[in-house]
Amino acid sequence: MKKNINRRRFLKGSLAAAAAASLPLGLVEVSWGKQDHRNFTFAYISDSHLTHIRGSEFVRNFDKGLKKAVMECNFMSIKPDFVVFGGDLAQLGKREEIDHGLEIMSRLRYPVKWVVGEHDFYLDMGEYWEKKVSPLYYSFDHKGVHFVVLNSILTYDEWINKWASPEERMQNMARLDNPNGSPFMVKKEQIEWLKKDLSRISKKTPVVVMSHSPLYKIFKPWNFWTEDAEEVQAILAPFEKVNVLHGHVHQILYNQIGNISFQAMMSTAWPWPYPVSYKQKPNEVPKLTVFMNRADPFKERDATGWSILNLEDGRVTNHLKLWENKDRILRYDEAKGHLVDTEYQEPSKRIPPQEHY
Amino acid sequence: MKNLILFITILALGCTCAAVADEFTKEDLKKWQAEYMAAVKEGEKLFHSSSLGKNKVSCDMCHPNGSNTHPETYPKFQKQIGKVVGLRDMINWCIQNPLEGDILKADDPRMIALEAYITHERRGTPLAPGKH
Repeated sequence: MKKNINRRRFLKGSLAAAAAASLPLGLVEVSWGKQDHRNFTFAYISDSHLTHIRGSEFVRNFDKGLKKAVMECNFMSIKPDFVVFGGDLAQLGKREEIDHGLEIMSRLRYPVKWVVGEHDFYLDMGEYWEKKVSPLYYSFDHKGVHFVVLNSILTYDEWINKWASPEERMQNMARLDNPNGSPFMVKKEQIEWLKKDLSRISKKTPVVVMSHSPLYKIFKPWNFWTEDAEEVQAILAPFEKVNVLHGHVHQILYNQIGNISFQAMMSTAWPWPYPVSYKQKPNEVPKLTVFMNRADPFKERDATGWSILNLEDGRVTNHLKLWENKDRILRYDEAKGHLVDTEYQEPSKRIPPQEHY
Repeated sequence: MKNLILFITILALGCTCAAVADEFTKEDLKKWQAEYMAAVKEGEKLFHSSSLGKNKVSCDMCHPNGSNTHPETYPKFQKQIGKVVGLRDMINWCIQNPLEGDILKADDPRMIALEAYITHERRGTPLAPGKH
């Protein structure tokens, strides 16, 4: 019975997704209006947090999440042009963890664009990542879209240098609710690079910025926060269509600041609560976001998943592939000027598990 | 008669003593608060360490600042367990499953410390037993 319900729910969700996108399940189309038909698809996997136990042992649950996302991406009915990994491949930046992640990700049949997360970085300040995985920041053009990858998880030098060992620094950055933590930053060097990089392109070119931390401010105590976010936003503001895609928060989260649409990607490992559920400190969780269902701890894949992204006229439509829940679709509403959930945005349409307290 | 007076005197003294024993001072409050906060601190340490489990996973990885544990809603019906359970039953479920560790006894000081930390981070929230 349970299986039937799940199957029915799955089919219902799939149909809704397909109907909304006018595309079969698993297909993502990027289109630039009637003049330009260079359509393409891409997928987004993030925050796998592969955790080394000892020898060749890793936390089974987190391995399963990443393997499942890789398998599903490989089964996409129309092949995506590339897959983005949104950061935090590892838990404590260990070579064992990064190597293990690369091995699992190597089963993908598509090229991968990498974003670095703080869990990949703070053991050796990104040295192994740069050597084995990817540059820390870069840009590329793909069929009329300008993509920018930022390393948004930098922080103050004083904090970086205050620890007795790299392991201690990594442990302290890995603890989300650390009162001795330090806020994420893009920093001057990259901000200057970004200005230069974007000076080459027309203001009409759709821009997709991919970072690990959200490039706006939500809740400093958990580093749902980028300290110099406003400086980055100011550089992006003159462009007509800007999409910022980020990981880190392990939840459905979206916002609109001016012309910039922000969307979070799910984690394949575990969900995080919304800062509204921590009562001791104020937060700035965007009012626009319709929360994901509260996670059922008895289902280890609940509130985790990955995304298929569809850029329609330069705006990102996000098909969230949620493993234990109905899929959700976030789409830019031209009339409203911000992202909406295609099913739940109206308060009267919301369901009890979406209430977080 | 003398004996009776002595008895009454002793009784009266006894009552006075009992009344004194019932009262507590600001120093007492400070001491008890310190004892409580020591349990909270110990709970915070356990909550953020991998010592409860066997796979390096810790409670705070899913529950920063103990959030989304909702101690104020227990006891409540947990559909997966099929009955009304207490907070400590869910703590043990988490230790056994995501953390792949061994359950704690109800009176284990570590269990008390975990409950103290989780509840402390939720202080000020009205009780809502049974709520989902």
